[in-house]
Amino acid sequence: MIDPIFLAEAAINGIMLGGILALLALGLNLIFGVIDIVWIAYVDLVMVCMYALYFFVQVYGWPFWLGALGAVAVGAALGVGVHLLIISPILASPPVNQLLATGGLLFFLQSFATFLWTTDHKSVRFSLPSWELGGIFFPATRLIPFALSIVALVGLYVFLTRTYMGTAIRAVSQDREAMALMGASPRRIYLVTSAVGGLMAGLAGALLTFQYSVHPFFGNQFGPLTFMICVLGGLGNMVGAFVASFIMSEIISVAGVVWSTEMGYVIAFVVFIVMMFIRPGGILARRG
Amino acid sequence: MSLLELGNVTAGYGQFTALWDVTLRVDAGEAVAVVGPNGSGKTTLLRVISGLIAPRAGQLVFDGAALAGKPAHEIVAHGIAHVPEGRRIFPVLTVADNLKMGAFLPAARHRFAESLARVFALFPVLAERQKQRAGSLSGGEQQMLAIGRALMSRPKLILLDEPSMGLAPVLVLRLFDLIHRVREEGYTILVVEQNVRQVLKLVDRAYLLEVGRIKMEGRAAELSEQDFVRKAYVGL
Repeated sequence: MIDPIFLAEAAINGIMLGGILALLALGLNLIFGVIDIVWIAYVDLVMVCMYALYFFVQVYGWPFWLGALGAVAVGAALGVGVHLLIISPILASPPVNQLLATGGLLFFLQSFATFLWTTDHKSVRFSLPSWELGGIFFPATRLIPFALSIVALVGLYVFLTRTYMGTAIRAVSQDREAMALMGASPRRIYLVTSAVGGLMAGLAGALLTFQYSVHPFFGNQFGPLTFMICVLGGLGNMVGAFVASFIMSEIISVAGVVWSTEMGYVIAFVVFIVMMFIRPGGILARRG
Repeated sequence: MSLLELGNVTAGYGQFTALWDVTLRVDAGEAVAVVGPNGSGKTTLLRVISGLIAPRAGQLVFDGAALAGKPAHEIVAHGIAHVPEGRRIFPVLTVADNLKMGAFLPAARHRFAESLARVFALFPVLAERQKQRAGSLSGGEQQMLAIGRALMSRPKLILLDEPSMGLAPVLVLRLFDLIHRVREEGYTILVVEQNVRQVLKLVDRAYLLEVGRIKMEGRAAELSEQDFVRKAYVGL
């Protein structure tokens, strides 16, 4: 029998991981909901941002907060770049071609990163405290990313619900043509959406750096998981993706303590497959 | 000079030509109807004016500016609001957010509160349902929302595409009443309708469109007296 303290700690770690997964899933989902194209290489953009942060902090000696802001800026620039160079020319292409194009970007980024930076793991060194409460450890390397991811998610929520541009982004995902009749240039909305999506990839990269080292294939670790969360929550459904992030992170974290990390992923994917049979439209899909 | 002038406009989709050589004008303060059977090109006509499709040939002049071929989001800024066929409200957004999107243009945003008060005065039911999802409104309410959303952009001309479509007969009468009130507020209206009898009571002038060509035009009262129109469309 496992000590309940370990289980509690695993559950708390799950919640903290869920915050970052939610950032990734919502970023990917936002872009899909508006532009209708899945960026297969989304988490590979995160990888590039993590390298940027590594270079800013470990090589150029910037303070961490400045490096993190830099990584976020790099993410936003990558988002705009990906849209202009890859997505924009294939907006009207068949979905298969769109998948192949963004999938091609994935291989390009992984190979290019290997070429430039080798396959060595690179990490930013931290010396952060850890707190204990009732036998459970709360390391700052988990608490800080979690807190920041929640702040970012609240920020995203406010942006999407309170501002003209954010509301327009949601409106475009429902009716592109009607939003053009409101005076919104679809091209501009797409660019802003891609920038916001990229910005979230940059932030997720900065927050993942607290616990993970970066290597060219980092995207393979979180990419399929992020995509799975989006589908589980219902592609394009922001609330669904948020809820699914925490379900998945809890399964991985708790099963990881009870059995092993690998088993955690196995169970997460089994749950995903079963849920796809029960609720193919996503956990929060409205029936009918 | 007229507010809106179309000169010899030809337009269509791919190989198909839906409008042939259409010439039409709308003066400021006027209400004009385009009537005609299904598939006569009425919707295409409005889509050309609002920039959703570019004309193949012809002029489109609005308020002194040549607009032919400009994209929809630029044409709105010139003061044309299009209430499209099937209303096309944003179903998952709240009523309030739908109206906010109507005021998306910077110039409209500055006058948001004032515009909102006017829309609510015209359609009090929208004020009551502000927080509701637009998709949960009844058909008539959705049409009011679509018109209200168009008014939020402070247009000089409103294009209405089949406003009575899909509404129960009782509601159709109420809706025409409401459009009449919009008219009295001083808006210029170009309306496309199947409900010829009702719409001819509402407008000053009308055009009859058949298979993409203007067949007849005239004062609404005169047109409804024409035998041809009476038999074919008014059903008297």
